Amino acid sequence: MPRLRTLEILVGAFMAAGFLALFFLAMEVSNLSADVGGDGYRLQARFENVGSLKVRAPVTIAGVRVGRVEAIDFDQKRFEALVTLRIDPRYQQIPEDTIASIFTAGLLGEQYISLSPGGSEVNLVDGGLLEQTQSALVLEQMIGQFLFKKAEEG
Amino acid sequence: MLESLARLGRLGLHALARIGRGHLLLLAILGGSASLAARPRLLLAQIYNIGVLSVLIIVVSGLFVGMVLSLQGHYVLSQFGAAESLGVMVAASLVRELGPVVTALLVAGRAGSALTAEIGLMKATEQLSGLEMMAVDPVKRILTPRFFGGLVSMPLLAALFSAVGVMGGWFVGVGLLGVDEGAFWSQMQNKIDFREDIVNGVIKSLVFGWVVTWIALFEGHDATPTSEGVSRATTRTVVHSALAVLGLDFVLTALMFGD
Repeated sequence: MPRLRTLEILVGAFMAAGFLALFFLAMEVSNLSADVGGDGYRLQARFENVGSLKVRAPVTIAGVRVGRVEAIDFDQKRFEALVTLRIDPRYQQIPEDTIASIFTAGLLGEQYISLSPGGSEVNLVDGGLLEQTQSALVLEQMIGQFLFKKAEEG
Repeated sequence: MLESLARLGRLGLHALARIGRGHLLLLAILGGSASLAARPRLLLAQIYNIGVLSVLIIVVSGLFVGMVLSLQGHYVLSQFGAAESLGVMVAASLVRELGPVVTALLVAGRAGSALTAEIGLMKATEQLSGLEMMAVDPVKRILTPRFFGGLVSMPLLAALFSAVGVMGGWFVGVGLLGVDEGAFWSQMQNKIDFREDIVNGVIKSLVFGWVVTWIALFEGHDATPTSEGVSRATTRTVVHSALAVLGLDFVLTALMFGD
């Protein structure tokens, strides 16, 4: 057993290393760093069908992640999905005629929202609504349409 | 016939009595926590014994477990063209399962057995009775600091194990197998949830720390005070800790992730 002073230093170093490892796991391995606080502003968009879009899915412009999906609710009056996006405060200039589309990353990847900026001079502010949206592609619907067309052709 | 029935009954009563003694000891240990707060130095020495001295084996095993996970995971994932998900696989299996469980098994073998042998020998050489003669409660003075030392050390060791394992997985996956570095980390951060994965892993290792040190202390305190008795108690500590950890892991996993 080492002397008390050395003991204290060694135990201190051990505990620091342990907490550092926890910190590393929280910040680098998990999604905590991407979700810190509720900063950023919110935009809303209505979709006819969100497919398998999940809360915390990325929101991208030109492939760059600018925010995350914060909530997905069902609008009972319009029978549409109401998706709340949280946009990073760095990205303030999103034109009001931006189109929000739900795409799939890769063949089996998960779904994300892609924003295609329009040409308007007016930018969206906190709580703004993205008017133009494009729903998720549902594979079964596509196959159904394809078969229907084939049948029509004869 | 009657004799075998009596033997079965004796066995059952014996097991029940042991479980009862174990819980009484746990109560006595927890009852000493107030006096431990007055003498934190005792705890320091036990964190050194259980935690600091286990760091080497934990770090080395964590590194190798992470590297092997990465190698094996890459073999399977690359067959589905999903090698980019390697980071998720390595981190999820380490943080959720292997970190807490393997750390608990290693600590049971390295520190738990030492605790049992130490306390068993203290009992065999009548040091515990000696303390009692001096009006010092041996449970409060000897067992309580060891219990809390194990409880504090286990989650820290498990976090070290997982963190080093992720680094090992990164080294093999990105460095040797050529998985894209950005995909490795970004997919990991997308899929690993702080509350769901990391906090649940810490809760698991707290439970394991509690159970492993409890079993080790009870076996030592309950050992037959002979050299043979102490050796048997040490063996029982490792076997029972391993069984308890694996069994509890199933229950905890079912409660935390089983939906």
